[in-house]
Amino acid sequence: MRATSSARSRWGLRTLGLGYLTVLLLAPLVMIFYKTFEHGLAPPIDAITSPDGLHALKLSLLMVAIAVPLNTVFGVGCALLLVRHKWKGNAVIDAIINLPFAISPVVIGLSLFLLYGTQGWLGPSLSEAGIKVLFSVPGMVLASVFVSLPFVVRETVPVLQEIGTEQEQAASTLGANAWQTFWRVTLPAIRWGVAYGVVLTTARVLGEFGAVSIVSGQISGETETLPLFVEKQFANFNTAGAFGASVVLALLALTTLLAMNVLKRKEDA
Amino acid sequence: MGITVEGATKSFGDFQALNDVSIDVPNGSLTALLGPSGSGKSTLLRAIAGLETLDGGRVLIDDEDVSKKPTQKREVGFVFQHYAAFKHMTVFENVAFGLKIRKWDKDKISGRVHELLGLVQLEGLADRYPSQLSGGQRQRMALARALAVEPQVLLLDEPFGALDAKVRKDLRTWLRRLHDEMHVTTIFVTHDQEEAMDVAGQLVVMNEGRVEQSGSADELYEQPATEFVMSFVGEVNRLGEQYVRPHDMTVALDRDDGAEEAMVQRIVALGFEIRVEFVLGDGTEVWAQLTRAELQKLELREGQIVYLRPGEIKSFNGDVPSSDGHGASTPHSPPDDDDAEVSAAV
Repeated sequence: MRATSSARSRWGLRTLGLGYLTVLLLAPLVMIFYKTFEHGLAPPIDAITSPDGLHALKLSLLMVAIAVPLNTVFGVGCALLLVRHKWKGNAVIDAIINLPFAISPVVIGLSLFLLYGTQGWLGPSLSEAGIKVLFSVPGMVLASVFVSLPFVVRETVPVLQEIGTEQEQAASTLGANAWQTFWRVTLPAIRWGVAYGVVLTTARVLGEFGAVSIVSGQISGETETLPLFVEKQFANFNTAGAFGASVVLALLALTTLLAMNVLKRKEDA
Repeated sequence: MGITVEGATKSFGDFQALNDVSIDVPNGSLTALLGPSGSGKSTLLRAIAGLETLDGGRVLIDDEDVSKKPTQKREVGFVFQHYAAFKHMTVFENVAFGLKIRKWDKDKISGRVHELLGLVQLEGLADRYPSQLSGGQRQRMALARALAVEPQVLLLDEPFGALDAKVRKDLRTWLRRLHDEMHVTTIFVTHDQEEAMDVAGQLVVMNEGRVEQSGSADELYEQPATEFVMSFVGEVNRLGEQYVRPHDMTVALDRDDGAEEAMVQRIVALGFEIRVEFVLGDGTEVWAQLTRAELQKLELREGQIVYLRPGEIKSFNGDVPSSDGHGASTPHSPPDDDDAEVSAAV
């Protein structure tokens, strides 16, 4: 009796969980794929191989190529500072790092707009120096870095705490200086945590819409990333283009998530 | 490569871990830092390695002041209680680590690593990862790793603390033999007095951040300088202000002048040794260590009234040891001054 009832409740829970995921997550995704290829392969492929579409794809990948390494280096350094160098200011740093999680990306975009705009604190002096931040790539990089900043730090801190300091101390007694200890002992020990953070950062940068949409000015073929391209095609009733680009975006995201799962399994092993 | 520490002090917040500690460890010796947890023994060892920075005082290795030198330049081998194995490296890579840092060429590294793995009896396990080794094997790997770079001194921080009793005993015998072969100046930290006496030629007893006494095992046992040493090194009964070793208790069945009346509370047979617990008239609990033969002769049973005569009594007034009376139950060996190589300023 007990076995049957517990089996029944287990199946009940599974059905509920899967049902919930299907309605909320899978159904919309399936719908996108269905709608995209409803009239064959040609319309979506045409849309994303258009000059604007290709440019948007390249720009999105460029954002990843710049923002992810920056946040990885910063994230690992910041995690080392937080975990290995106990200091009163650490609590403040820790809270500041969480800001991008707490603040809406639109607000982040607006604040960058105010800071670097013609009326802002930094805008006038930068434009005098010939550096254009708003409505160009530098501003978009700033926005991408901002919104994806916490991931590597948050994933690395617990791993650093877990490995402790003894291995690093052992390395120093064996003659390794701080740099050698970091590369040969610390980094290999935390590598899966860092990799996990990198994957999450990549996914976040790829999908970023709000902050980038404000600082970029959304100029087609110039400052339009893939999410911005999707939104513009959709607003212009070019559903084939919108869906096609969405599928590309979804596939990129799925690839990073898949990479994350592979890494996770490696970490567990 | 003797080690000298002069006037070392170190505090962690309000806690004073080291309070004006000076020790002198002669070249080639095997010395134990013995004390309860919180006595400062690990902090002292870590300060010698440069893993802790002293608030005051100096550390000299081979008469050179290394107080300002970073750990990686002190050329010390250090073995941690929890092994500190590099988990992402194989046994071979772990042992080779210090040699790679020193930019040895590959063939030389390979030769040296295999030589050391032979020494610590891990020849067949070079390609294993630390997670695939037992605790004892991991600690031997850690020892090989520390010895690979031919350190000036070898420092071991409770090296057998995380191992079970059997492995512990094997490893300490093995460590003593290894030291006899290598003659590298070695300091090891332990809270286990039996382990310290078994392995080390000289002992430094620490308590509450200070050195209580140092000397050979015999010296500490026969001539303890303080109450703490008396009770920490070997077993002891306390009778008011006086201390007596359980094997210095003579048990008599007939009333005797100067002997105390006591009731046998419990008789515990521990193989050859018998532990008899008594309660005195004033409620003090003491015990005596008897042999099986002595017990059979006395025919003691629980609840019986007997008369105890403490043999050699020690009392400590102003930390000056004084002997009072000599028991016949144990031969008293005179302190051997040649063994007292470790001098300590308390």
